[in-house]
Amino acid sequence: MIRTGKIVAAGLTAVALALATGAADAKDKVKVGFIGPLTGGVSVNGIGGRNSADLAVKLRNADSKAKYEYELVVLDDECKPNVAVQVATKMSADKEIIAAATHYCSATAIATVDTYHKFGFPVIVWGAVLPDITYRNKYAEVHRVNGTMINQNDANAELISKLGYKTVAVIHDTTDYGKGHNEYFSKALAKIGKAKIVATFGVTAEQQDFTAELTQIKALNPEVIYFGGLTPIGVRIRSQMDKLGIKAVFDATSGIVSDAYIQGLGPLAEGTLAFREGAPTEKLPGGKFFMEKYNAQKYDNPPEAYGAFAYAAMDMILNTIEKVGPDRKKVIADLGNVKDRDSIVGKITFDDHGQNTVAVITKYVIQDGKFVEWDDSEYASGKRKLPGQK
Amino acid sequence: MDVGLFAQYVMNGLMLGMMYALVAVGFTLFFGVLDVIKFSHGDVVTVGAFAALATFAGLHKLGFNSQWLDLVVMLAVAMLAMAALGMLIARYLVMPLRSAPALNTLLITLMLGTVLRESVRLFYPQGGNPKPFPALLPRSSIDLGSFNFRLDNVLMLAAGGLAIVGLQFLLNRTKLGLAIRAVAQDEETARTMGINFTAIVLITFAIGSGLAAFAGVMNGLYYNEINFGIGLYLGVVGFAAAIIGGLGSIYGAILGGFLFAGLQTIGTVLLPFASAYKDVFAFAVVIAIMAWRPTGLIQEKISERV
Repeated sequence: MIRTGKIVAAGLTAVALALATGAADAKDKVKVGFIGPLTGGVSVNGIGGRNSADLAVKLRNADSKAKYEYELVVLDDECKPNVAVQVATKMSADKEIIAAATHYCSATAIATVDTYHKFGFPVIVWGAVLPDITYRNKYAEVHRVNGTMINQNDANAELISKLGYKTVAVIHDTTDYGKGHNEYFSKALAKIGKAKIVATFGVTAEQQDFTAELTQIKALNPEVIYFGGLTPIGVRIRSQMDKLGIKAVFDATSGIVSDAYIQGLGPLAEGTLAFREGAPTEKLPGGKFFMEKYNAQKYDNPPEAYGAFAYAAMDMILNTIEKVGPDRKKVIADLGNVKDRDSIVGKITFDDHGQNTVAVITKYVIQDGKFVEWDDSEYASGKRKLPGQK
Repeated sequence: MDVGLFAQYVMNGLMLGMMYALVAVGFTLFFGVLDVIKFSHGDVVTVGAFAALATFAGLHKLGFNSQWLDLVVMLAVAMLAMAALGMLIARYLVMPLRSAPALNTLLITLMLGTVLRESVRLFYPQGGNPKPFPALLPRSSIDLGSFNFRLDNVLMLAAGGLAIVGLQFLLNRTKLGLAIRAVAQDEETARTMGINFTAIVLITFAIGSGLAAFAGVMNGLYYNEINFGIGLYLGVVGFAAAIIGGLGSIYGAILGGFLFAGLQTIGTVLLPFASAYKDVFAFAVVIAIMAWRPTGLIQEKISERV
């Protein structure tokens, strides 16, 4: 064992030396991190985010004016809180990594904020929407470029009420993410006061069979089924609704805004509603630039809904390091007063909780296998109709 | 509760129960011949479903478009491939550990299950995403108020029933079945009677794993969606069903499967609190049954306790 250990160590040293000499003539090396779900049911979003963060680093390294050469360290949180805490600890404990863009899943982002705080490791959340991530504590280390689910559920409740629907059944997963959606959607709907919730079902995030819940829902005959959760069970619920002959509108959240949802369902995806903070990538101020650069890299996967935010988060980290140097404390201090900073997702302003205060919400409906903005869709113009739409 | 709604619950429960029973039967078969728990069984269900899906994609590339032909070829390929996989597992992982403590077999198959599951996720193209499974059965349905009576459900139930009846016939009416039962009862006597022990064990694993593939395809046809995680849960439920039915008893496994599905449905429908607790309820009842009847509802005829 000792022998193999030595050989492995020698090999590693050789590799390290080779790497080091390769970049010997270059600038100082600075490591930055990225964490997202790279495997598992929502991995497409994680990989899209990873590619986008990678793009930010590549563009910076190609820039001759940059003071440092950056290396991106990527870790996989699998969208599981326990795994996320492990990788967050691993990354925070590595003093060479200065800052990171972290997490797509709310359940993992909320699980790790304490870790980042404990290690004094500055992070910018790039995709998770649970309000508590920034608002439960007041950690100087934690920031977020995307909006929270409060805004998207307000917009959701407003659209449902405006379309004249009166009865809604809620299905949500019982993670922090799903529970948050349930809470903010229910509140928003009650505030408008036009539609009422006839039943609420909490389901586990790995559940396969929803026929029992859906049969109960069928008996209540609601016009809308609201779903607070992520793509994998969203696909299952929508497809099992069809099996049971339920014709309600499927009203979902940012959790299903990914091509995997449409691929998983085919034609059944038609007419699903979804909401997301920020504008679609093409409509963002820097969207065109981002898509051009992204496509030029020929990544295997599209950036997905939150790729632009991952890019913006990473770009902001790199800007800050360029400005104050590779020092965690200085980076935290500088991120503490971000105001009207330009980015490809628009101006970014962090409030005292590190939360970006923009609240643009995009409403989507799936039309012909694509997420189409509601206002541009044939459903809004009246050419097509959702079930029960007047 | 109105009749239609009740019928819908019964249909949901029957479909679930059929899938659980098919998986549970595998557990019970393996335990019968070798007295081992093979925990990778659930993941063989997953691999079977994905094998069928890959076959479907292949058939489409070759230009075949007949639903029935697709279905038959998919079932055949998936079942044969899983039968072969089951035999490999038995020959190279389970049998070499026969003289080791039973715990080792349990652990090694548990780990194998993880390997199978992760392999699907990593090596199947975009295996991490939910995959649409083609709807190959006739889709006609009759809407009877709250009851959506679907032809494909009936066909699947009938097919599952036939598979179980076929297995019963094989076990009770054929020479091969006699040999399997002999090995299950007493390995050494069976050997002295000239039964090829290894061959019988391998065949039994092939049968159990083929049934797992059948359950996997059924799962795909029923939900029209499969993902790499389906087997993990089915494995746990199938195992629990085999235990409450009485490990080693085929009828017990079937009874256990339907009982568990019934408990889950009851958990959702009748309990006042959120349906998130339906598994808590179902497994709690399993624990209670095990406390009441430690050897299961239907016991093996020959007790091995000396």
